[in-house]
Amino acid sequence: MLHTINKSPFENNTFETCTRFLLPGDPVLFIEDGVYAVQSGNKFTHEIERVLKTNPVFALRPDLDARGIGTLAEGVETVDYEGFVGLVEEHQVNSWF
Amino acid sequence: MKIGILLKEGPYNHQASDTAFKFAEAAIKKGHIVDAVFLYNDGVTNVTKLMDPPQDDRNIAGRWSELSKKHGVEILACIAASKRRGISDDILVEGSAITGLGTLTDIAIRNDRLVTFGD
Amino acid sequence: MQMENENVKKIMHVLRHAPHGTIYTYEGLEMILIMAAYEQDLSVVFIGDGVYALKKGQDTSGIGIKGFSKTFMALDGYDVEKLYVDRVSLEERGLTEDDLVVDVEVLDAQETGRLMKEQDVIIHH
Repeated sequence: MLHTINKSPFENNTFETCTRFLLPGDPVLFIEDGVYAVQSGNKFTHEIERVLKTNPVFALRPDLDARGIGTLAEGVETVDYEGFVGLVEEHQVNSWF
Repeated sequence: MKIGILLKEGPYNHQASDTAFKFAEAAIKKGHIVDAVFLYNDGVTNVTKLMDPPQDDRNIAGRWSELSKKHGVEILACIAASKRRGISDDILVEGSAITGLGTLTDIAIRNDRLVTFGD
Repeated sequence: MQMENENVKKIMHVLRHAPHGTIYTYEGLEMILIMAAYEQDLSVVFIGDGVYALKKGQDTSGIGIKGFSKTFMALDGYDVEKLYVDRVSLEERGLTEDDLVVDVEVLDAQETGRLMKEQDVIIHH
């Protein structure tokens, strides 16, 4: 199951809530304001690293670019919209907002 | 693969409509069928032809209309949500229609995926 | 062994908003009631402030918004019997099952996570 998160973790507990329900192996995709979670060196980096031990983590590249986020927590992969579709091909979707 | 989209927010206030549109375009480009975009909550205000944004901004209603014309995607606004928000048949952009929640259920049943965009 | 009908989809509704500050929970409930008529395998999960939708003693007469907590009691009549509440969400709000208007099953996040994984469709409200 693909989990998408579109909220900044600084403003909203969606990321925290979503991670409680993650099963190992389920991919997590940050989109929209959610991508602020994966900027390297912020207060959520440790949590991202913890999730990465069991789950692949992606961020939507156009949303990162739009927000000027260049350096990501190590291990986070980026996808474009077609990559997003690719994840949806492989998984049912759980859109957290 | 057949994909349905559920869009739960109106235009401009949230990015949800933009992401849903970009996702739909990418899915079509990859050869998937985007069966329908169902509009719920404030999402129903995505398809009013009264929308008139500045020229240098995207016209969100017009964009959904184009998607429908070019690719046969049904753009469907929930009737109950529409009535609450003053959306009626006479102000819909071409290619969109008002329908019931039963249709959303059908969309959920007949597609391989239902992808929700909201806020 | 019970045969699984492949035309029946597992559809989960996740209610995560408090009831009156936004319309999400109310319109979510309207969606659930319509979908219930289509004989799909429906479940409803209350997470975060969504659990407040089930709180007893709501009186909305003073705010001019129609109350709907009692509508949750009607779900049983629509054969929507799978009502789950997230344990942490309930506990961190100082609530217990006795504070809720309907009987629910209280689940740990891992159990809910497993249920989510089984779904064909998940809709957050």
